[in-house]
Amino acid sequence: MFVYADNAATTKTSKTAIDAMLPFFDKIYGNPSSLHEVGQIAKEELEKARETVAKCFNAEAREIYFTSGGSEADNQAILTAVKMGERKNKKHIVSTKFEHHAVLHTLQKLEKQGIEVTYVDVNKNGVVKVEDIASAIREDTCLVTVMFANNEIGTIQPIKEIGAICKKRKVIFHTDAVQAAGHINIDVVDMNIDMLSISGHKFHGPKGVGALYARKGIFLTNLIEGGAQERGKRAGTENLPAIVGMAAALKEAVDNIDKHAKYVSALRDKLIRELSKIPHSVVNGDLVNRVPNNVNMCFEGIEGESLLLMLDMEGISASSGSACTSGSLDPSHVLLAIGLPHEVAHGSLRLSLSAENTEEEIDHIIKTVPEVVNYLRKMSPVWDELCKGELNHVI
Amino acid sequence: MLYSKKVMDHFKNPRNVGEIENADGIGEVGNAKCGDIMRIYIKVDNNIITDVKFMTFGCGSAIATSSMATEMIKGKSVDEALELSNKAVVEALDGLPTAKIHCSVLAEEAVRAAIKDYYDKNGIEYDKEKFKDCNCAHCHA
Ligand SMILES: Cc1ncc(COP(=O)(O)O)c(C=O)c1O
Repeated sequence: MFVYADNAATTKTSKTAIDAMLPFFDKIYGNPSSLHEVGQIAKEELEKARETVAKCFNAEAREIYFTSGGSEADNQAILTAVKMGERKNKKHIVSTKFEHHAVLHTLQKLEKQGIEVTYVDVNKNGVVKVEDIASAIREDTCLVTVMFANNEIGTIQPIKEIGAICKKRKVIFHTDAVQAAGHINIDVVDMNIDMLSISGHKFHGPKGVGALYARKGIFLTNLIEGGAQERGKRAGTENLPAIVGMAAALKEAVDNIDKHAKYVSALRDKLIRELSKIPHSVVNGDLVNRVPNNVNMCFEGIEGESLLLMLDMEGISASSGSACTSGSLDPSHVLLAIGLPHEVAHGSLRLSLSAENTEEEIDHIIKTVPEVVNYLRKMSPVWDELCKGELNHVI
Repeated sequence: MLYSKKVMDHFKNPRNVGEIENADGIGEVGNAKCGDIMRIYIKVDNNIITDVKFMTFGCGSAIATSSMATEMIKGKSVDEALELSNKAVVEALDGLPTAKIHCSVLAEEAVRAAIKDYYDKNGIEYDKEKFKDCNCAHCHA
């Protein structure tokens, strides 16, 4: 049995998205900037897609800028706020410790250029406290950027409350909603969001396309100079097939958001309930403020990469925050941010579901994970020492 | 594919997993904080390593290198086993990704640690210079 449970990494492109895209390769292939009819038809479709995306967040079409993905949208949002702040001599940013690297690395680069950043702690449930954000805001703060939902542990942040505070304090508020868009309801007006990043491939759209919502009055700074596409804010001939595919996928996701959330969260809860029976395991992240599709657990005494490879052999595609999979010596900064010790964080497993997963697939995971954990524990000197009492259990 | 066929073979079917009761030497290296620990047990008879077993906490390549290293020293003399280099382990596995080379260093260190323990337990003289602790960047980051 093959079970794809890595939907937070990327999703399968939906049939709706593929069908929407296909005519744009050989029929509606004009350049939206061209004045002839083929070009103008393409332009109309581009604007329809913009309208579709805007509606999904209660935004206006002219507030949507298409990008190459979530990373680009994050980069542009942050740089924009810094440039707007410069004019008022505001050089401070508030963010959190567990943002995606698209945000964190951008902030680190800016720190080298003299911008000050406060990385607010998250609690052990992986949720940032609104008061902590409020008290980190200073007179010279030009931006608050807090992710909507965390990509590893799936925790949802109090975005509306943070938005209200930013509005009151007159600070620009950006949220990386890459893991939230199409999965939970987002209303940029109600939530006082000034800028928001999304990425097509996280909700069954194509890869390499995303969007930045920037409220009227936000003066975007270009990352890419060139032609006048995207109202001069993002040069380059639009990737129309991908944009149209993303819009179709997003609409489908948003139209079905409650139905899918109900179905997927039931599968999630079953997984959490059953896998928690494994001794010395822990569920990471708040159980209530959580996207419907995320399961993240640690199993003591084993390492995540070998767990993933074994699961892959059993047909299960998953992910981990171990050092070996994070590509650095340290395990995931997210798991460390919620206070897990290194040795526990190495044994993490993320299963991220979609509405395509079936009950049978979930049962396969429930059967397989305990077997693999047991097998790896049997050959683990750490587990041996824990069993003999030479080491103390942490979880 | 991240790993060679050989690495996957040793990961899927690790040789010599387990422990040896009354082992003549036990070596443990690495630390859980970094994400890998290897423990190697040896049984020595007449200066020959007659049996060897390992337990490893770590990624796929950590398990595969432990497995390969135990296979390479089984039946060898203690002196031959001391000559085992991490490079030889990497070659025997048809290579490792650069980021995983430290696993092979750990395997070499684990073998040496087990032999040192054997020497210590049996009062055998040895050159202390040859048994320095690992100080690769990985374990001391
Ligand atoms: C929270 C978050 N932000 C940003 C990104 C980057 O998106 P993209 O891959 O479209 O650049 C991702 C996905 O990897 C993500 O999960």
